[in-house]
Amino acid sequence: MPDLAGAGLRVALRQPGPIPLNAEFTCGRGELLVLVGPSGSGKTTLLRSIAGLYRPRKGAITCNGATWFDTRQKIDLAPQRRSIGFVFQSYGLFPHLSALENVKTTLGHVAGARRDGRARELLALVHLEGLEARRPAELSGGQQQRTALARALARDPTVLLLDEPFSAVDQVTRKKLQRELAQLRRQLDMPIVLVTHDLNEARMLADRICILHQGDTLQTGSPEEVMARPVSPLVARLVDLPNVFEGKIVEHRPYAQLTLISWVGYALEVRYQPEFLPGASVNWVIPAEYVLVHRRDRPSRGERENPVAGIIAEYVPLGEHTSVTFWVRGEQDHAISMMVPTHVARRNGLGQGEHIKVSLLAEGIHLMPGVGKSDPLAANWGVELLTAARM
Amino acid sequence: MDWPAFALSLKLAAWTATILVPIGIVLGRVLAWRHFKGKSLIEALLALPLVLPPTVLGFYLLVAMGGNSAIGRLYQSLLGDSLVFTFSGLVVASVVFNLPFAIQPMQRGFEAIPDDIRDAAACCGLSRWRIFTRIELPLAWPGILSGVVLTFAHTLGEFGVVLMVGGSIPDETKTIAIAIYDRVQAFDSAAAGLMSAALLVFSFMSIAFVYLLSNRGNRRHA
Repeated sequence: MPDLAGAGLRVALRQPGPIPLNAEFTCGRGELLVLVGPSGSGKTTLLRSIAGLYRPRKGAITCNGATWFDTRQKIDLAPQRRSIGFVFQSYGLFPHLSALENVKTTLGHVAGARRDGRARELLALVHLEGLEARRPAELSGGQQQRTALARALARDPTVLLLDEPFSAVDQVTRKKLQRELAQLRRQLDMPIVLVTHDLNEARMLADRICILHQGDTLQTGSPEEVMARPVSPLVARLVDLPNVFEGKIVEHRPYAQLTLISWVGYALEVRYQPEFLPGASVNWVIPAEYVLVHRRDRPSRGERENPVAGIIAEYVPLGEHTSVTFWVRGEQDHAISMMVPTHVARRNGLGQGEHIKVSLLAEGIHLMPGVGKSDPLAANWGVELLTAARM
Repeated sequence: MDWPAFALSLKLAAWTATILVPIGIVLGRVLAWRHFKGKSLIEALLALPLVLPPTVLGFYLLVAMGGNSAIGRLYQSLLGDSLVFTFSGLVVASVVFNLPFAIQPMQRGFEAIPDDIRDAAACCGLSRWRIFTRIELPLAWPGILSGVVLTFAHTLGEFGVVLMVGGSIPDETKTIAIAIYDRVQAFDSAAAGLMSAALLVFSFMSIAFVYLLSNRGNRRHA
């Protein structure tokens, strides 16, 4: 019986500086975990720690029950003794060796006579047949990335680590490589940890995403969960949800599965979230796809749900979609942003300074603990929230 | 043409280069990647022969290796011979004044290897020795070869230090550079001219080789 409790990768690392870390996450076999965060959030440091290339002050890293790093037991295995495959952001290919030799060099654990065949198999797996003899400088960016992936897999690693693997290629190649990875990973049964600053990439590839900020793992969950139900306004901001506001709980209506909140004179029905006490200050967030523009020509059914009116402060057509920001009750502090298909915007006569009516769909409104700050968009609100969340 | 002097110079250059290859690789590699206290000081010390007048360097080496010094006495008691005014002493002096010519190009050679490549090698499971022989040495090779060639050519041409430490003893310490000086003093311009021309051609070829190597290295991994 395999030890399920120890299966996969478990990481818990802490240090106050020089690169602050307060990270805890797991990644099961065959799971793809994406660490997302802005640059400087400690993503790469976490990956390097797992590989044994960086030594944090405190913490532990285990993989399938084997301890790779533990400051209490004074264990710190060298990268050579951790079974990892690492695809570096700049690939780190050996420039003086051919693609085949790059992969073969990593096959130290395979009997000499079998190395050539195995290396060719791995290059075929990443669609590089026929390019075995080329040196990295003679390969395109995408081909280099594939070589790096084949080389990372050559060690038969128990964990695969990918550091911004798509950042150095053009957009067309990136999409292709992303599709290939999504396909390839179905054949892999080890935990895969991918680091990116690109939210869309994370949503596309991840089984679970882990939001990172200043070395802190703020929230881990399925992409849908994290994107729709962030645990704090900071996470909301990091996952690019601009519509975060402060309100007050009025009452809960369990029979209707609704909670009522008050917000700038509106009483909004929101998804039933009884964990907040009536009278409590809360932050609430609504993803843009739950903001419904009312049609001017004929009213529709959804319009009875949380109707809100305002004046359009910013109207920016961006090709197929148009970015619209309007001030509820004409107040700058209550700005709701959303993307509207450009043809919908035109048909409804939207434009700068125009009046707009929308519905805020109750099922999309998510509540988060409030901190009682009057202006949640103040410059340092994130840091203060972070401190509050830790207390 | 003073062939014995020319042969002695070649021998001195070969010994110097051979001794400096491991020293240069070890020190160059450490200086390229390690950060430690006093690193700048050590780098400055190793570069000193570049700026010091050869006579000054020669003077200190003469004092340090002479019969009254600890080093000189130790050498004398071990091998029963003097370090100054002998070929062995010349090799020691030559190694010292060539330190920057060997170490600096080799250091640049190691510095040119990106961190990612060394990290990747460790993550590929290669042992430290395998990383050194299979990854680092081939990549730093142009720098190492530059160091060897520069050391060799510079040794052939060195005059001041050799004269101070070795004097001008035929077949023992009289190198080609000293032989040229000798010939000029004796108004033998023809011999001096011939030997100078030979040294000029050789030096030019060495330097050209170094540039060729570094340009090729840049192109290959671009």
